[in-house]
Amino acid sequence: MDLFFTMLVPLIIGGVALYAAFRRVDVYAALVRGAGAGLDTLLRIVPSLVGLLTAVYMLRASGALDLLAGLLAPVMGRLGLSPELLPLMLVRPVSGSAALGVGSELIATYGPDSALGRTAAVMLGSTETTFYTVAVYFGAVGVTKTRYAIPAALCADLTGFLAAAWAVRVCFG
Amino acid sequence: MTMTVIWTGMVALSILCGLAAGRGPEVAAAAAEGAAAAVELSLSIAGMLCLWTGVMEVMRQSGLAGQLSRLLAPLLRRLFPQAAGDRRTMDAISANVSANLLGLGNAATPLGLEAARGLARSSPGTASDGLCMLVVCNTASIQLIPTTVASVRAAQGCQTPFDILPAVWLASALSVGVGILACKAFSKVWRA
Repeated sequence: MDLFFTMLVPLIIGGVALYAAFRRVDVYAALVRGAGAGLDTLLRIVPSLVGLLTAVYMLRASGALDLLAGLLAPVMGRLGLSPELLPLMLVRPVSGSAALGVGSELIATYGPDSALGRTAAVMLGSTETTFYTVAVYFGAVGVTKTRYAIPAALCADLTGFLAAAWAVRVCFG
Repeated sequence: MTMTVIWTGMVALSILCGLAAGRGPEVAAAAAEGAAAAVELSLSIAGMLCLWTGVMEVMRQSGLAGQLSRLLAPLLRRLFPQAAGDRRTMDAISANVSANLLGLGNAATPLGLEAARGLARSSPGTASDGLCMLVVCNTASIQLIPTTVASVRAAQGCQTPFDILPAVWLASALSVGVGILACKAFSKVWRA
């Protein structure tokens, strides 16, 4: 199973290339042409990322995230979530690597098979880095009026967090 | 405007908190670090990004993306009624959704951006309903096998790192479902 996941990416690339060659597509020319388009995309992403990561790093360094965690602890109890999970929920939408760091620490502290460790893992596995995704997508197409995309995405994130705690209770008693 | 409010709020909050907590120098250093990290991150994803847009072009030219699209089409046409007639955009959406399902995040993004360009064409500068739906579908994880998290659990001595799969699927399905419902509901009441 591990080998399958390790080999998944090369197998997909190889499979696509074989299939396309069989269908008489000029595979290499198509690949290079597409890769060039990828570079254009990247150039449009960089400015968004610079803006977003600057703010995230400042927020992390200022201690504001810890402060928010302290303030929101009473609300967490009502929602059936341990307050320990709050820092994870706060960084999850903004930074994937920070969330993985916070989540790994929770899993290490409470154990991978504890309810809290499992909930942290399910939260990480069932949500995405919302603001990063929003910045990348809207940045790439030059959209500044994002309308309801962020509120709707945050509804999904909050549901994911609550559902993670609930699903762990259901699946592991 | 939303990003303006969020971004400015984040920066103002960091400065206020940093000064109050006596961590001003750290905040100042973090601003430079964050900007540098953004470029490092961009460079680190550049190779995969170009590789996958290249593979996407091969998939598109070989008709593979079209076959995948037909498989997912009935569902996706209901989610993206505005783009149902645009073959190229629907192909990109379906390829983006299947890459997300497989957990190929680096592959999903260039595919999704291709779809986003198609969905943005109708209303430059303002997010169309289709674009909002695409972004929400991409901000809600629909990954079938969360390999990163499983490897973190395994690293902590867990014997069965994949035993959380049913819980992840349950939470993912609920999260995506609510995201889609929220999009549908907001699209009826939201003014540009």
